[in-house]
Amino acid sequence: MKVGIPSVLQSYTAGTRVVEADGSTVAALLFDLDARYPGIRFRMVNEADALRPHVRVFVNREAIIDLDRGLSPGDEVTILQALSGG
Amino acid sequence: MSEQPVPPGTRAFEPLSQSDRRDAVALEGLTLLVGTKKGAFFLTASPERDRFALVGPVFLGHIVHHAVVDPRDRRTLLVALRSGHLGPTVFRSTDCGRSWQESARPPAFSKPKDARRSTTVEQVFWLTPGHASELGVWYAGTSPEGLFRSEDGGNTWQPVSGWNDHPKWMQWTGDMKERNPDGSPIHSILIDPRDAKHMYFGTGSAGVFETIDQGASWNLLNTGMLSPTGPDPHPEYGYDPHCMTLHPLAPDLLYQQNHCGIYRMRRPEARWLRIGDNMPRDVGDIGFAIGLHPRDPNTAWVFPMDGTDVWPRTCPGGRPAVYRTRDGGESWTRLDRGFPERAWYTVLRQSMAVDTEKNIGVYLGTTNGEVWGSIDEGEGWRCLAAHLPHIYSVEVANFADAQ
Repeated sequence: MKVGIPSVLQSYTAGTRVVEADGSTVAALLFDLDARYPGIRFRMVNEADALRPHVRVFVNREAIIDLDRGLSPGDEVTILQALSGG
Repeated sequence: MSEQPVPPGTRAFEPLSQSDRRDAVALEGLTLLVGTKKGAFFLTASPERDRFALVGPVFLGHIVHHAVVDPRDRRTLLVALRSGHLGPTVFRSTDCGRSWQESARPPAFSKPKDARRSTTVEQVFWLTPGHASELGVWYAGTSPEGLFRSEDGGNTWQPVSGWNDHPKWMQWTGDMKERNPDGSPIHSILIDPRDAKHMYFGTGSAGVFETIDQGASWNLLNTGMLSPTGPDPHPEYGYDPHCMTLHPLAPDLLYQQNHCGIYRMRRPEARWLRIGDNMPRDVGDIGFAIGLHPRDPNTAWVFPMDGTDVWPRTCPGGRPAVYRTRDGGESWTRLDRGFPERAWYTVLRQSMAVDTEKNIGVYLGTTNGEVWGSIDEGEGWRCLAAHLPHIYSVEVANFADAQ
């Protein structure tokens, strides 16, 4: 399925804004994304398997908190970076 | 500084692939590695050190706490960074900055059996190349207080479980709400040049730790220091050694600039002596950084800051000066020639560096983005770069010749 990558992480995808990745859950998709673009997951997800602050994941237009949320073929996943501070 | 001519032998921005171009530099010779809140910058010295050319930035927009070259090959450069909103990591170059690779396994705590007690690395704060006999070994100190070891030149990092999983870790590292604004890191990871298994480090929450078994077990080394918190001025732990260093030619001699003064310890004694008591009373001995002369164990430099009232931690009286001792801290000399008459600089713990040239160079970086240098052991100072971002660290590198 298609995954939107924020600009701050496009150094991992060679500048590509939308990439392909697969997984039956958001968590699985993020692991698959890391297999395709090594290192990208740890910048978004810490070693306790929690999304880092300011990283937002949307499935279609739904904001996701639970990384175990299931995915279906055709879902569009968008990763966004909430910026704050200077 | 960018309009200054580039010294011979310095080339910036060789053409590389699009994805690498923004971070490609070609560093040669004596270079200052400057870690800032917005990226890493480099100041490459001319042979006489009369000019310093600004190279970079690399990793623009990332918070760079430390950039360190490996003295064992003088080519490998590790940079500890994170962005304001992404996780912490380490980038490494094995060709003097021409190309960079991210660590395949950045420092990260092991998952505890009880997930509620999980601890996560917020930033990689400190990098130390390993012992000369252990090629490829590096140590990293993180915030919160994690210690990590790499055996492959910084590509993969493993937790040092003797520290990270120590039964007293929670006790020693203290209350999260009391952590420093930039986190509470492990810093000043020091390795005894005579023994790879003998190490020290400092934390801002507990104090100084020592291991003689390469991190399997740790002992506190706090006797003699003054604690900044609590009713007991001399508890077992609860000290804040801002920056500690040992002399490479006299590894039994330790110095530290503490939150509460300047100290010295001569091993095998295990007691800190407050040599900052010999500083002028109206200046005090508060600060963050300390640098040692590479060939004279009795010579050190500090940059005092105001520790009165609400502890501004700027130059006392707004009058910047370095203080130098030639006698192991028994006396101190004020060195302010070249600094502005009035300035309110803050110099953080990683922001003083000393080179090994015939006439020793001393360098410091300020949180308002200025790099200052002296090439006569601190007698006279000049501004080498200004208008940089908030400076976290300054290190000296002497890169191998290009091949």
